[in-house]
Amino acid sequence: MIRRAVRFLDQRAGAGSALGKALRYVFPDHWTFLFGEIALYSFVILVATGIYLTLFFEPSSSTIVYHGSYAPLQGQEMSKAYASALTLSFEVPAGLLIRQVHHWTALVFLAAIVLHLMRIFFTGAYRKPRDLNYYVGLTMLTLAVIEGYAGYSLLDDLLSGMGLAIGNAVALSIPVVGGQLGTLIWGGRFPGTDAFFSRLYIAHVFIFPVLIGSLMALHLAMVAIPRHTQFRGRRRRESNVIGTPLWPGYALRSLGLFFSVAAVLFALGGLVQINPIWQWGPYEPYLGTNGAQPDWYLGWLIGALRLMPHFDVVIGGYTLVPNPFWGGVLFPGLVFGFLYAWPAIERRLDRDYAPHNLLDRPRDNPRRTAIGAALFAWVATIFFAGAADRAFVQLGVPYEGQLWGYRAASVLVPTAAYLLTRRVCEHLREDGGHPGRGSGARVLARSRSGGFEELRPQGQSAADGEQG
Amino acid sequence: MKWFLAALRWAWRLAVAAVVLVLGRRGEGKLERELPASPRAEGAVAALLFGAGLAGVAFVLVYAFDGADTQLLGAAIALALGLIGAALILAAGRVLPQEQLEEERPSFAVPTAEEEHHHDEAAEETVRALHKGREGVTRRRLLGAAGATAGLGLGAAALTPLASLGPRVGKLLEESPWRDGTALVEENDLPVRAGDLEVGSFLTAFAEGADKRELAAAVVVVRVEESELELPPERRDWAPEGLLAFSKICTHAQCAVSLFRYPLFAERSPGPALVCPCHYSTFDVLSGGNRVFGPAVRPLPQLPLRIEAGRLVAAGDFSGPVGPSWGGVREGS
Repeated sequence: MIRRAVRFLDQRAGAGSALGKALRYVFPDHWTFLFGEIALYSFVILVATGIYLTLFFEPSSSTIVYHGSYAPLQGQEMSKAYASALTLSFEVPAGLLIRQVHHWTALVFLAAIVLHLMRIFFTGAYRKPRDLNYYVGLTMLTLAVIEGYAGYSLLDDLLSGMGLAIGNAVALSIPVVGGQLGTLIWGGRFPGTDAFFSRLYIAHVFIFPVLIGSLMALHLAMVAIPRHTQFRGRRRRESNVIGTPLWPGYALRSLGLFFSVAAVLFALGGLVQINPIWQWGPYEPYLGTNGAQPDWYLGWLIGALRLMPHFDVVIGGYTLVPNPFWGGVLFPGLVFGFLYAWPAIERRLDRDYAPHNLLDRPRDNPRRTAIGAALFAWVATIFFAGAADRAFVQLGVPYEGQLWGYRAASVLVPTAAYLLTRRVCEHLREDGGHPGRGSGARVLARSRSGGFEELRPQGQSAADGEQG
Repeated sequence: MKWFLAALRWAWRLAVAAVVLVLGRRGEGKLERELPASPRAEGAVAALLFGAGLAGVAFVLVYAFDGADTQLLGAAIALALGLIGAALILAAGRVLPQEQLEEERPSFAVPTAEEEHHHDEAAEETVRALHKGREGVTRRRLLGAAGATAGLGLGAAALTPLASLGPRVGKLLEESPWRDGTALVEENDLPVRAGDLEVGSFLTAFAEGADKRELAAAVVVVRVEESELELPPERRDWAPEGLLAFSKICTHAQCAVSLFRYPLFAERSPGPALVCPCHYSTFDVLSGGNRVFGPAVRPLPQLPLRIEAGRLVAAGDFSGPVGPSWGGVREGS
């Protein structure tokens, strides 16, 4: 059987030897290497569940009167998009399950990408020859954020409409071209024409998935060509890679991970409610609700929009930079701009143009780790500022006080994170210990005369550095 | 008590020893191949896979006979997937050959500093092949410039149809359905009467005859004590009987300004204000919509009102442009 299949392929595509090589492809082991795989598998689940959803969803802003089984909304006028999402949730068997799995998976997809990015950053995996692939990854992250936003905006419930209103205002706020750009994308003034919905739909179900999928294929190919990175350890050199071969060990383990990820996501989709759109009601531009929050991966942007002090740049009656630009465009632009620029900056700073296949532990490069910690702490602080209204409702902390607190924290926390991380890294590097390992026990030897003396095992730091 | 502590101590030592053994074994980095040959593990994998099959059938049954209950469906399919996952991971660790391989990496990246001296035959071959393609071509710069021109022209032509996506922005973002005499109606098109509102209450109203989804059509009407008004002199008669109308669209990011804060203890509380729930821009009602908090920069546009036979009617257009700021918005216009 197997022999026949292999020969069939070999005689038609000459794939026999390439396949054989691929089967012996080596994957080094480390638990942090799984984030990227979780992102990949989430994408697979997103595509599968997304295809199912397209069979029921109607991306139209033309209105009908709802007569479905959800009583509180019966008789209400709403867009066909929102009505079909309600039908999908209440009438289509398993529809709600798939819709909720799709939404949960989007959240996990982005979380996995961000953790993967942090792993890449803190271990220096973005250095030459992988800097090009790092740019591909950052681009996919950008696309994934927009894709997620387009997805939950499609439903035309109150929350998604509020998100689109802010998105349109951010587009309008881009200096010089913003007014025309927003008007083009929406086909007119907000809330836009019918065409806008089909544009949003085709962007969400076709353009962005195809872009992300193509870049993902490129990303994987560019991982495989120079082989994976690995941590330092016995026998591990720049020129080799040591680990489990694809067949049979790694393939089964990784498939096991895929099924485990899918199991968790389907359990979440089935058991934990997410985005109950029937509770929000249909969107109209004159409606709004308090305590509205976006999906988590946009929390940093709403935080930035809320934290920004109230000023525009106005030149002679012309508003060059309206306020939403600062939080909605400049802030993410700075964060991503820095991430894109960092490999080149670090190369310049260190005059290190050599290729690197061995990973650094975060402590091995205190400057990089401290800068990364400061950057992520900055984004996290502003992310939490976006939840200040929830803290006010649930804990009663005055909103205005929180706002000033967060403004101060957005300067102080990254500074503190930088200084603290740098010190900890330098200390660990000198000490040679591992915060999570080692008992702190010391080996004493008794000399012949009865005195004690501490034995320092040789090559201790090398043994500590070995990764299981 | 003593023996109990001793037992505890021994249990602790055994646990530590077990952890050390397990972790120690993991770090060894064996390059050889090991065959686990464990019938027990194989049996466990088979059991997990059979279980997954049953859970899959359970999913079908829930779908067919239990009205496709979302929780049960989710639990069944998650169980099926989880059991397969567990079976594969167990098989990978306890059934299949365990091996570590060492592979040499292809090396194609060299330090930039040495690039000039580095001789890479494959790369040189490519460069030669590319150079061959321009042999005998003499006016390279002219052709290059001509090609760039063609590219730019075609690129411009390719982008131009994008302009069909929407209208020219022009005065589009300034449109407003409000004129002197436009009546205020509620969502059900019934007229808004001055008596509908008590002091401290608010409602959403629309320009009569306008599309309610039009951004400038919606206003929020509030009623405050007339004696407390602090409107600028030119707006003195815009708020008959303490009734004020403002655009419902926030000047920051165009969310609906849907919260009205009215003080219960006027002496200690801040004055009545309209609040946008998106980014908490707050606009003072008594002074005519000035921003008092939040990221909005421009005041909330006020609509002058008058009362005609008990009905609320606009006495003109808004005090400023409705919606978020953009290039064409003039400050204070």
